Parts: sequence; structure tokens; C-alpha cells
Amino acid sequence: MRKIATRDAYGEALVELGRENPDVVVLDADLAKSTKTIEFAKHFPERFFDMGIAEQNMIGTAAGLAAAGKIPFCSTFAIFATGRAFEIIRNSVAYSRLNVKIAASHAGITVGEDGGSHQSVEDIALMRSLPNITVLVPADAVETRAAVRAAVQIQGPVYIRLGRPGVPVLHGDDFHFEPGRAVTMRGGNDATIIATGIMVATALEAAGLLEQEGIGVRVVNMHTIKPLDEEAVIAAARETGVIVTAEEHSVIGGLGGAVAEAVCARHPVPVYRVGVPDVFGESGKPGELLEKYGLTAAHLADKVREAVTKKVGR
Amino acid sequence: MDGEKIKRLEEKAREIRRHIIRMTGAAGSGHPGGSLSSADIVTALYFEVMRIDPKNPRWPDRDRFVLSKGHAAPVLYAALAERGFFPVEDLLTLRRLGSPLQGHPDMKKLPGVEMSTGSLGQGLACANGMALAARLDGRDYRVYVLLGDGEIQEGMVWEAAMAAAHYRLDNVTAFLDHNGLQIDGPVAKVMSVEPVAEKWRAFGWDVQVIDGHNMEEILQAVEKARAVRGKPQMIVAETVKGKGVSFMENMVEWHGVAPKPDEVERALAELA
Repeated sequence: MRKIATRDAYGEALVELGRENPDVVVLDADLAKSTKTIEFAKHFPERFFDMGIAEQNMIGTAAGLAAAGKIPFCSTFAIFATGRAFEIIRNSVAYSRLNVKIAASHAGITVGEDGGSHQSVEDIALMRSLPNITVLVPADAVETRAAVRAAVQIQGPVYIRLGRPGVPVLHGDDFHFEPGRAVTMRGGNDATIIATGIMVATALEAAGLLEQEGIGVRVVNMHTIKPLDEEAVIAAARETGVIVTAEEHSVIGGLGGAVAEAVCARHPVPVYRVGVPDVFGESGKPGELLEKYGLTAAHLADKVREAVTKKVGR
Repeated sequence: MDGEKIKRLEEKAREIRRHIIRMTGAAGSGHPGGSLSSADIVTALYFEVMRIDPKNPRWPDRDRFVLSKGHAAPVLYAALAERGFFPVEDLLTLRRLGSPLQGHPDMKKLPGVEMSTGSLGQGLACANGMALAARLDGRDYRVYVLLGDGEIQEGMVWEAAMAAAHYRLDNVTAFLDHNGLQIDGPVAKVMSVEPVAEKWRAFGWDVQVIDGHNMEEILQAVEKARAVRGKPQMIVAETVKGKGVSFMENMVEWHGVAPKPDEVERALAELA
């Protein structure tokens, strides 16, 4: 299957947007080559601002640009974008619902060899806790382009989570992206995997393995963590009786947390969370890290098998 | 300089100070000390310097003011009300549930507030963003920002100072309300920020040091700053915390404590 990194798709999408919308401006914090904002910088140097290694100032400057009518996209690694600058995002951006887009790359453990200090596994939890922010986690290159375009249409802050390595292209060019509306990637009535980001491809793989054993698994691609598509979650709970979530993020506070909150309140069924356990990461190849922390199709399939036996009323 | 104009502005600053006392007194909380110290600067900006239209608060070509030291909200609210952005009577709703006059400025709640501030250290970066937008749009508006001297202990201020000089934002004029006191005591004791003028100069700014309570000096400094090309400008204003109310002047205790009713009376009598 063809693989493209979501950050590459982001770089291309920014150039398209730059052509279409003169209000789009881009800021980076000395990582333009890695985040791919360098593509925008090449085409529109007057609308690109490298802010140096100063993430708080990057977000604050973006708030001012947005207050004056611009649509700033800020990029750096997810760990710095959401962690270092968290309170600036909260008070200068989200509090006033300013039109700042934060597209953070190198999220999750697949940043790999740089190790635990650079592996952002809490960014979704941080961003999701803020009022007014839309949190998008695209699963592939097609979804990334669509998410970036959608972000411009949304009036207010948007966080887009991007990754470093290439990931399989899951969608055709006719893919329709609607923020807040989950995509059912395949049907099934025995269990549901709700996955986000790079784990959508893994979920589809796991569902394929389980199908051979006669277990029909629904795979829901939750590309928007906030606002969460609660209807899709509750339908999965009601119709399949058990949910397994999958994310390249801490099991605390991310997709799994959001799904569990919705299910507990509206239609309690068992919810199993597959994600990075409550630990910091370490250096390694992305594939090795995914294996170590249980973010593989085989592990996900195991979790679904276990979950099916715990279904309510069975 | 026109003596009549100076007298008019000095009287306006006194009125702003009276509002600060009444508002914080009515609220029973708030920050009178740093509001009073910056009253002359804010008055100069809103009643002489800035190009604004209270009837059209979102006018794209308006000058912007960012109150980075957002806890001095009372001085900003008083100026906005006196300038006609909202009724003066509303000042007495400061900090009350449902009031647009939040404890710290909220741009979505009150017309004329250009940026939500209060978490210290964030305003200069926002001002820079507005200044960059002006440049991109080919507009000639200017952005004024007021920082506190304790506030510049925040590292982000220096990130923004660096960026403003790097991008040669000569449409940014900052004031430093150099009153020497912060919550825990004298700035020099808590965490010295000296030498401030040299620091800003070293960061690539045009720097002036003035008496922040001398209206004529404030206006002259702004004029000189406007003529600077290729550099952001810092006007270090030497001020007195609690200025204008004898029992509040230079008293750290009045940083974040509201006057009681009898204190309101005494303060208003002094400001009459």
C-alpha cells in the first residue's frame, strides 16, 4: 500500500491554501524542514515567519495576527506546540476563540529515535481539555489535506495532529471530510474498534485478522476528537456491545478517555483502551516502539478477542 | 507644547484615577496600585495619541492598544468608558457575575479591548502579531502595548522582544510601567530586571526613559517613537505605584487590594 507522511500532505495542502487565500500565514519555530512548512515558505516568503526556537512567542504572535484578521498556521513538534506553549494557547488563543490553527508534527511515539523527551503522547489530552478548540487527528495523507482545508473553514482555534513516518493511504480522492463526523471504515456487529490517526490503518488490519475467525468488527475512524461524534460512539455501543479504542497517544485523556466518558454517560458497555500505557517513551525505531507499547494489529486483535468475551449480557 | 491640551489631559487622568478608585471600591477587589501608576500613559494614548473610533470599535485602520499587564484592567476600562466605548455607569459592574468588565480584560466581552490579557508576559507577542498583520495588509496603524516591570521577568517577553527587533517592527511602541513593585515586594528584591533600558537596547529596540507621570514628556516620547524607522520602541516610564493617592503610593500592599468605603472617600478627596 502506498505510504505518505501526514506532515508531507500538510506541506502540500498549505501551498494550495496559500494560493487560494491571501489571509493564510504560516509560522514555524526553527523546524520548517521537518514540519514541511518550508514548502509554504518557498512559495510565499512574505507570509512565512520563522519565529526561532520560541514556541510561546510563536503562538502569541499568531494570536495577534488572528486578532487582525489573518489565518495563521503554527507548526512545530507536537511536544513543544502543545506542552511548551500550553498556557499561551489557553489564554491568548482559546479563551478568545481566536482563529489560530496549530498543526503539530512528530506527534506520538513514531517520532522514534529522538526518544521519550520528544514523543508527545499527551497532546490530545491537553488540547481536548480546552474549550473552543477543534481537535483533528487525520489518519492518512488524503484526510490531512481535507483536515487542513476544513480548519480554514472553522472559525476558531484548531489543533491538527500530524506524524513523522509514512502511513498507508486509506482514502480515495473522492473522500468527504466533515469535522465532527466519524467515518465508518468497515461494518461489523461483534465489536467496534474506534481508532484515530495512524491507528486507523492498524485497526483495519486487526479487523481483517478477526474476520478470518468469524468475528465481525466495525472500524470507526474518529478523525475529530473534539467535538467527538458521540452519535457514532453510542451507536457502536448499542449495536456491537463493546468498544476498543486505538490511538498513538497515552491511554489517559485522549480518544479512549473521550469515548469512555461518552459511553459511561449514555450507554454503558465495556470500553478497552489501546494506546501508550502510562509511561514515557524511549529511543527506538518507530516499528519497534509500536511493538513494545502494544500498538500493533496483533495486539489490537487480542484486545478485541478479550473484549468480545466481556460483552454485557453474554 | 500646548498648555491647554496638557491641562485637559491631566484633568482626564485625574478622572480616570477617580474611576479606578470607585470601581475597585465597588468591586471589593482588583488592582488599584498598577492601574494608578499607568493612568497618565493610558490617558495620553486614549485621549491624544491613538487613532480610534468608539462608534466603530473594529475599524480596520484603528491603532491598537494591548494591556499586557492585564491586572491593570481598571485603568483600561476607565479610559474606554470615558472615551465612549460603553456607558461610564457600567464601570461599577467591575468583576461582577455577568459583567463584560472581567477581572482581567476579555476581548470577546467588551468593545475596545483588543486582546484578552492577564496572564503576564503574553501581550507583546500579540502586539507583534498585529503589527505583522498591518505590514502584510499595507495598513499604517500602530500598536501600543503596556508592560509591567515585574511582568518582564517572564521569559516569553524576551522572546517577543527579540522577534520585534528581528522583524524590524517599527509600528510597535511599548511602554514599561516601571513602578518598582510587584506582589511579593520590590522588583529589585524579588527578581531584579535591571538594567531595563540597557536590556531593551541590547535586544535591538529604540529606548527612551521618561517620567511616566509627566504628560508633556509622555507625549513627546510618543512623538519621538513614531519617527523611529526600522526598530520597535520602548518607552521606560518611571512611575509610582498607587500614584495620586497618598496612602497608596509606593505601598506594595496596594497591588491587589481594593479600597474600603472610607478609603474610597479619602482617595477621591485627594483626587478631587
